[in-house]
Amino acid sequence: MSKQIKHYLGDKDVQVILGTLLRVGVILSTAVVLLGGIIFLTTQSNHSVSFSEFKPEQTKFSSVAEIIVGLKNMDGLAIIQFGVLLLIFTPIARVVFSIFSFLMEKDYMYVIIGTIVLCVIITSLYLDIAH
Amino acid sequence: MTVLLFTIIVLIGAFLAGLLGSLTGLGGGVIIIPLLTLGLGVDIHYAIGASIISVIATSSGSAAAYVKEGITNVRIGMFLEVATTLSAIVGVVIASYIKADYIIVIFGLILLFSAFMMLKKKIDHSNNEKTSVLANYFKLNGSYPTENGIKQYAVHHVVGGFAMMFVAGTLSGLLGIGSGALKVIGMDNIMKIPFKVSTTTSNFMIGVTAAASALVYLHKGQIDPAIAMPVTIGVIAGATIGAKILIKTKTDKLKVVFAVVVTILALQMIYKGLTGS
Repeated sequence: MSKQIKHYLGDKDVQVILGTLLRVGVILSTAVVLLGGIIFLTTQSNHSVSFSEFKPEQTKFSSVAEIIVGLKNMDGLAIIQFGVLLLIFTPIARVVFSIFSFLMEKDYMYVIIGTIVLCVIITSLYLDIAH
Repeated sequence: MTVLLFTIIVLIGAFLAGLLGSLTGLGGGVIIIPLLTLGLGVDIHYAIGASIISVIATSSGSAAAYVKEGITNVRIGMFLEVATTLSAIVGVVIASYIKADYIIVIFGLILLFSAFMMLKKKIDHSNNEKTSVLANYFKLNGSYPTENGIKQYAVHHVVGGFAMMFVAGTLSGLLGIGSGALKVIGMDNIMKIPFKVSTTTSNFMIGVTAAASALVYLHKGQIDPAIAMPVTIGVIAGATIGAKILIKTKTDKLKVVFAVVVTILALQMIYKGLTGS
């Protein structure tokens, strides 16, 4: 029983760090999206928009490389997409963190399971599906 | 429509989606998609891209509040994520090959199902009979704190639960939603995990699953920054306030009202998909 309580407390520490990680991720990405939004609105708020037809070739900043190039020019839309990327990476960071905590617990079965999940996500980063 | 007007309308809608989503436990995606497609005439592809971002935002936002209570079973989450992330990518691939109208109809049906599940009384099936060989092998059984000390629970029907998560992940990738309702069936009813654990663990999985499909949607050009911006800010603001209200108020009546609204939206989506208008 005492071993179980100890185990539970150890988990609790990990959970607190995880909670902080998630909160920081969400706050940071919202702040970046907000900044990009302000730049975008101050420069283009009178332009007209229509999304009634799906034209993927017109979507700006649809890859990590494009977003980085846009960031250098302080493009509002690129900054928004960077914030979106940060948001996407927040749960991924949680997986990475979990793998490390399994490693510290010497639970190698779950190090492998976590790595499989991470590999699937990384694969999705490179997946290029026809429209 | 000007950029400014579009941003303001989506911002208000996303705020309400985040607020109601967190109050009713339904999530933001199921409201964002009808808002954008039915309300603003946005193509379903863009709506799905925006929705998947809102799903990550609500999942990470509320998870930050949940994990402090220390009841997420990270092993169950990680184990089932193998199924949900793989199938989410399968879902995105399927979405590339079927007609948009079919996706709209499937979305409407899932919306109906989610409304039904929201009202259905939940029954806790959990027990501590460690009979599942797979659950023992994968160390899925766990414990959580209650007022009367630490309570042990056993996980059952691992294969069935894993299969259900595959369905949930596919729909998540196909429709850009969290598939919370299906994950609950998989964890509560099939695997017999206690509520306190299943709710937070499923929330953990929703974010990771959505991240996998979001990256593919980004590359497909379905995540437009001009839509993502008001959706992200609105949903996060709404969900944060919703989580604070939730602690103080009972939401039973709200759930009934909301289920009616969601049912109407679902029927409209199905009609839209069938008539192609």
